[in-house]
Amino acid sequence: MNRLRSAVALEQLRSKIRSRRAPDQPCISICVGTGCLAYGCLDIVSAFKNEVEERGLQDAVDIRATGCPGFCERGALLTIYPQGIFYQRVKTEDVPEIVSKTVLGGKIIERLLYVDPNTGQRFVKESDVPFYKKQQRLLLSNNNRIDPTSIDDYLAIGGYAALSKALLDMSPDQIVDEVRRSGLRGRGGGGFPTGNKWESTKKARSNVKYVICNCDEGDPGAFMDRSLMEGNPHSVLEGMTIGAFAIGANSGYVYIRNEYPMAVENVTIAIRQAEEYGLLGSDILGSGFDFNVKVSRGGGAFICGESTALMASLEGRVGEPRPKHIHTALKGLYDRPTNLNNVETWANVPLIISRGSDRYSQIGTAGSKGTKIFSLVGKINNTGLVEVPMGITLREIIYDIGGGIPGGKRFKAIQTGGPSGGCLPESLIDLPVDFDRLTEAGSMMGSGGMIVMDEGTCMVDIARYFIKFLTEESCGKCVPCREGLDRMLDILSDITEGRGKEDDVALLEEMGGVIKEASLCALGGTAPNPVLSTIRYFRDEYEAHITERRCPAGVCKALITFHIDEEKCNGCMVCARECPEKAISGKKQKLHVIDQTKCVKCGLCRDSCKFDAVIVS
Amino acid sequence: MVELTIDGIRIRATEGTTVLEAAKEMGITIPTLCYYPGLTSYGECRVCLVEVINRNRSSLEASCTLPVEPGQVVLTNSEKARRARRVVVELLLASCPDSKTLQDMASNMGINKVRFKIKDRGCILCGRCVRYCKEQMKSGGIGFVGRGTSRRVATAFGVTPAECRNCGGCEWICPVCERACLAGRLVNGLCGGCQNTAPVETCLVCVGCSESVGPQGHRVY
Repeated sequence: MNRLRSAVALEQLRSKIRSRRAPDQPCISICVGTGCLAYGCLDIVSAFKNEVEERGLQDAVDIRATGCPGFCERGALLTIYPQGIFYQRVKTEDVPEIVSKTVLGGKIIERLLYVDPNTGQRFVKESDVPFYKKQQRLLLSNNNRIDPTSIDDYLAIGGYAALSKALLDMSPDQIVDEVRRSGLRGRGGGGFPTGNKWESTKKARSNVKYVICNCDEGDPGAFMDRSLMEGNPHSVLEGMTIGAFAIGANSGYVYIRNEYPMAVENVTIAIRQAEEYGLLGSDILGSGFDFNVKVSRGGGAFICGESTALMASLEGRVGEPRPKHIHTALKGLYDRPTNLNNVETWANVPLIISRGSDRYSQIGTAGSKGTKIFSLVGKINNTGLVEVPMGITLREIIYDIGGGIPGGKRFKAIQTGGPSGGCLPESLIDLPVDFDRLTEAGSMMGSGGMIVMDEGTCMVDIARYFIKFLTEESCGKCVPCREGLDRMLDILSDITEGRGKEDDVALLEEMGGVIKEASLCALGGTAPNPVLSTIRYFRDEYEAHITERRCPAGVCKALITFHIDEEKCNGCMVCARECPEKAISGKKQKLHVIDQTKCVKCGLCRDSCKFDAVIVS
Repeated sequence: MVELTIDGIRIRATEGTTVLEAAKEMGITIPTLCYYPGLTSYGECRVCLVEVINRNRSSLEASCTLPVEPGQVVLTNSEKARRARRVVVELLLASCPDSKTLQDMASNMGINKVRFKIKDRGCILCGRCVRYCKEQMKSGGIGFVGRGTSRRVATAFGVTPAECRNCGGCEWICPVCERACLAGRLVNGLCGGCQNTAPVETCLVCVGCSESVGPQGHRVY
């Protein structure tokens, strides 16, 4: 493959790739994202390949292993083109039937279609499924259209056109201006205007500058960056190259945590391919601009997602943050001007350049433009990745896209922004999701984690869980974060274990305020959010734990007891068999009794009872 | 030269100095702990926090790492800065109650109770020893190991390295080892001895004395 030397050569290659492909030829796109891997999708891919070969259809049917389309709850997922038929919960056994009935026969297999659990309605096409219908998937929609390890696939859908436009038709100033006018703000959590950041790095005087892609996504339950990196690494590389050209950097780093092996693999392949094609390396597309990207794997410390800690880690030093009185735009990696952006931010750049900032900034609210990917997890029917325009309400995300709360339970709270975000109560469910509104409400956009909680969640216990995570992940450099979070955890543990004191809540509030203000970096600066927001919106729960020694949600083990309701129990023996401690006595057809001295409060009896006879009090 | 305002006084400081140094030159004392003249500033302990006013917003910054800037407005002793410092010192005392430096600092700040669980780690991880070893002795024999609450100062793999010349500088510069509090009887995390002039709540050392303690404080040993 000769390196491409001009925009014309790129377009010629693109038309060549497109002409080789028959748009009407059946293509089976199977998600091989990390979620579906767990469902055994690789077996499904090989089963399809075997099936197609056995029938001698290799040239008539394409099998494509793609990135994650987001609906992880219903994996393994596949889409059959050109019709766009969407099958979910696919197993290897279904493969022959799919090939014979749907691919060859054009018939739909009803049992593999998505059924709306609320209405019972079946949906044939992906775009009609309620989960996808309200989304605006500018970034994620390409994930199941391409094979992430094939640069030809990316070129076929118009990839690298933005790069050629930026490098050959625009000046660095025009690019920075375009990004600034688009209103794009950093998707990694800070929400800093990307254009301004680029401008500062561009203005900084140095002959060596760097760009970095931050893929050190460490929030529990969040996998937005992972899916983009695994599913469409070229879009991130394209964004980085445009950014590097705009600010005048010739080398870049992709910092990925080593826990993301597929993302590491796919981006490494993508870099190699782009270099072969002349889309990375020296004299890109004949523009005279050189840019090289290296992959650096992180060891999995949450703190290394902080920009200065990440740069320290990249240099081979201990990953701990430094004070940012002098910005990384002036003195970053190896003390050179450095521009660091998150995966999702970089992936937005080609979109802005090719569509234009005016079109891009039509999406979203006054202060937050474009779309944002959230990982919607927790007590929700449709777990997965959702990409929505800024300004959509929490209600739309939870009920229209997420399909509501499972088991007919009541919605209680939603935690946004990862472990150091806040918990927002039901009264704020109509809050529009954008950077500023979430911060006003005591939470934050963060990198886009969304954890839904139902009435069976204890808010004190949740706050304790997140503070425990943050205590373990604090680098330990500065006192408020290291010692403050540790003592906060002590107090929260005391409260959940029935040793709470009356002035604990006031002390937590005081500590929270100081930790936020006095900490060195943003980890400590946001860490008290889960505690402060739960105190703000669920103070009565704290009080019930402290003054009444009662856990209203029935979660904190030290404060609850399990009893069997005399009227409801019909003596089926199921709970007695399930109990690991043999704490339940009673004979068949007779009332069962729980021995409180043996009970470890695991809740198995409650979960196994079909008559709701086990009561928690 | 850079012109800035510290505690309402307009001063001129050399470019590149920190707010802490500029204030010191003016005779304004800001409490410090991990800062040590001759060592690079680290910004770990947060005891030297000052309030910086920027238009209508105010924030707390560690003065030992904060460079002076033209037009900067700094308050070294505002209510906000003092409140944060008190909590920080309280947290430090809870993790290292036997440091006389800390006990004296607590006394000067009027802290009369440590409200947190005492977990004596015997070290405040200020990193003075680490920086001294690396920067002054050019040895680098010790460093930080671990993360979060399991962070500690140690030699590599727990073995005395060849770089160590047994100079004893790490002990000498340590605010805990150097001045250990020998009172041995702590009440609410405070020793109530020698310099401590603030009344210690419910003092067990001398029963019922908390109200009668004068400016000289306790004299128990």
